[in-house]
Amino acid sequence: MSSSAREEILGRVRLALADVPPADETPIPWTYGQPRALDDVLDRFEDRIIDYRAAFERCSGAEVPARVAAALARYCARSAVLPDGLDDAIGAALVASGVAVRSDRPPLTRTELDATGAVVTTCAVAAAETGTIMLDHGPGQGRRALSLVPDVHVCIVRADQVVSDIPEAVARTVRALRERRPVTWISGGSATSDIELTRVEGVHGPRTLHVLLVETEGRG
Amino acid sequence: MNIPLSIAAVGRDTADSVRLTPAPPPGRLIDSPRFPVQARVELGNAVQRKNLHQAMTTIRAKRAVVTAELDNWEQLRLAGEAIKNRTLRHLDHYLVQLEESLTAAGTTVHWARDAEEANRIIVGLVEESLGERREVVKVKSMATQEIDMNEALEEAGIAAWETDLAELIVQLGHDRPSHILVPAIHRNRSEVREIFNEEMGRYGRPAPEGLDTEPANLAGAARLHLREKFLRAKVAISGANFAIAESGTLVVVESEGNGRMCLTLAETLISVVGIEKVIPTLEDLEVFLQLLPRSSTGERMNPYTSLWTGPSSGDGPTTTHVVLIDNGRTKVLADPVGRDALRCIRCSACINVCPVYEKVGGHAYGSVYPGPIGAVLTPMLRGVTSPVDASLPFASTLCGACFDVCPVRIPLPDLLVHMRHKVVEAKAEAASGGRGLLHPHLEPVLMRATGTMFARPSLWAAAVAGGTLGGRILKGHVAHFGPLPWPLASWTGARDVPIPPTESYRAWYARTHHEDGSLK
Repeated sequence: MSSSAREEILGRVRLALADVPPADETPIPWTYGQPRALDDVLDRFEDRIIDYRAAFERCSGAEVPARVAAALARYCARSAVLPDGLDDAIGAALVASGVAVRSDRPPLTRTELDATGAVVTTCAVAAAETGTIMLDHGPGQGRRALSLVPDVHVCIVRADQVVSDIPEAVARTVRALRERRPVTWISGGSATSDIELTRVEGVHGPRTLHVLLVETEGRG
Repeated sequence: MNIPLSIAAVGRDTADSVRLTPAPPPGRLIDSPRFPVQARVELGNAVQRKNLHQAMTTIRAKRAVVTAELDNWEQLRLAGEAIKNRTLRHLDHYLVQLEESLTAAGTTVHWARDAEEANRIIVGLVEESLGERREVVKVKSMATQEIDMNEALEEAGIAAWETDLAELIVQLGHDRPSHILVPAIHRNRSEVREIFNEEMGRYGRPAPEGLDTEPANLAGAARLHLREKFLRAKVAISGANFAIAESGTLVVVESEGNGRMCLTLAETLISVVGIEKVIPTLEDLEVFLQLLPRSSTGERMNPYTSLWTGPSSGDGPTTTHVVLIDNGRTKVLADPVGRDALRCIRCSACINVCPVYEKVGGHAYGSVYPGPIGAVLTPMLRGVTSPVDASLPFASTLCGACFDVCPVRIPLPDLLVHMRHKVVEAKAEAASGGRGLLHPHLEPVLMRATGTMFARPSLWAAAVAGGTLGGRILKGHVAHFGPLPWPLASWTGARDVPIPPTESYRAWYARTHHEDGSLK
């Protein structure tokens, strides 16, 4: 009976901790949410993304649709799923370049998603020091499976979304988590070192991650 | 390579005809031979020794680089230690809070006192949620290995598919993991190819024709083999690296994307979580997710981290369960010294740095937890009564490297000594329980004799005089003692004993110093 297991385990825990005074509270020698001092946050972010052997390019907001289309052409992705909330101009550019554009409304089946070549998303926040992109699966990011099953992931990151390191980035995603939204951290493409510790890029997740860093909204 | 294939062949010819998944080696881990016995066997495995040396050297160097990069690494370790201590010292409070948060988020919480109860709960939950295929996909999880869940599911007629590449190699190879982070590190690429060619086709999509030994192509074969299982998965089983008390959020850290596949594509998700995995707040993740990847794979960050808080509308599983398991953890908690081991976040840094592990590999430890943490935690969780458990605290040179790398500052050398003491105590108790006269355990007897000698200066002086006399007689004839007869044989079997010095420290001091301590 599970409820008696609950009582018994909690009872065992309390018995085990009989030596701990009720008011005991271990002090945490740490200040949360602090930025890390970096010379240039965006340069560090670029360095880390490249270190993960993911593709990286900087562009202006106006250039994004063309850059996305060029990236998909480079990876020979002939179809792409675009989440709700993504800039319509991206879809238009892809259609113009001959990519079959799919919406996730109604939701694509797993098999349809598996047969889709690429996904384009935005993100919630990124941490420069670790090259980590965080999705809270809000508008423009789609449900979790979208940025997982297709083999190419093009991710659009705005410069103002890039913070120094994990503490600042966690602070920015806490709200989404408290609202019980899933959050996914992505640091480079999927990888494994399971065979003789030799790193192999690309296992089950997208084998290609392409990061577009948008430094300004328009050109000039 | 004859070792793995002969194991595979035996498993296949006997039990596999009625099994759903490849049979692991027969027998229970707790019945393994004593550490020194199995270590001797493992030392004969040249492939494993070579792989381990290369892999451990590489991973240690990577860890050293990425931890040295952070000027606040030691502060992070102190913070990690403190957060875990704070939680463990009021574990009842945080478990109740976690349960409330999980329930509020729509997750059903189950409690399991031991492995058997956990497996019964899991089998029941899986039965409720199965589709037409009696199978589940699994995220790599130490908790499910600890309770031997796959075999419990197999007995219930349910196939549990490992989806981590290394765990897949181990499962298809009829083998056991030898490391908590890279479980197939004892295999080389040609062995992996053999296993894939031989076994994949029996359990799903076969390995591609003409598969070579290139790791990228072997990973590609695993991608294809597992994709059909992901795309049809109804039920997934995961562990959790962290469970957040305040929000009911679970965290899974991984590299390959197999975890994300399981966590998002299945309809029902069952997460098996040790009660020590709870941490208080979401903000605490900023500490642990800096400590864990750098200590573990030596990366600044692992490729994928998934955080979820119950089922999410239109995204991922619609039913989520959490099974909180004790399975010996409250026993560890009850030892005010030993409870430090419950801080462990399963990073494997202590294993990677251990000179003993590097030579013998993980199979010698008779546990899913090898290396220094395994040598401490296994006898804490299982007790010190089985031969292998009683031998584990001695599977160390006490060099101290494990403490230096531990991200949550577990004093592993101290705990090893602590557990040695428990083993000796247990032996002494067994000795006084009737078998004492016929088979006296030498250690407690010697220790007691030494204690008496230390307590009486006259006895001590006599012993020292005897030793130095022996040293003077032997000097010039031999450099050290070779193997000695019983009862010293078990000590000298693996060690040289130097001949005693010709003069004791006390005698030397008296000869060279005045009474006030100044040199003569």
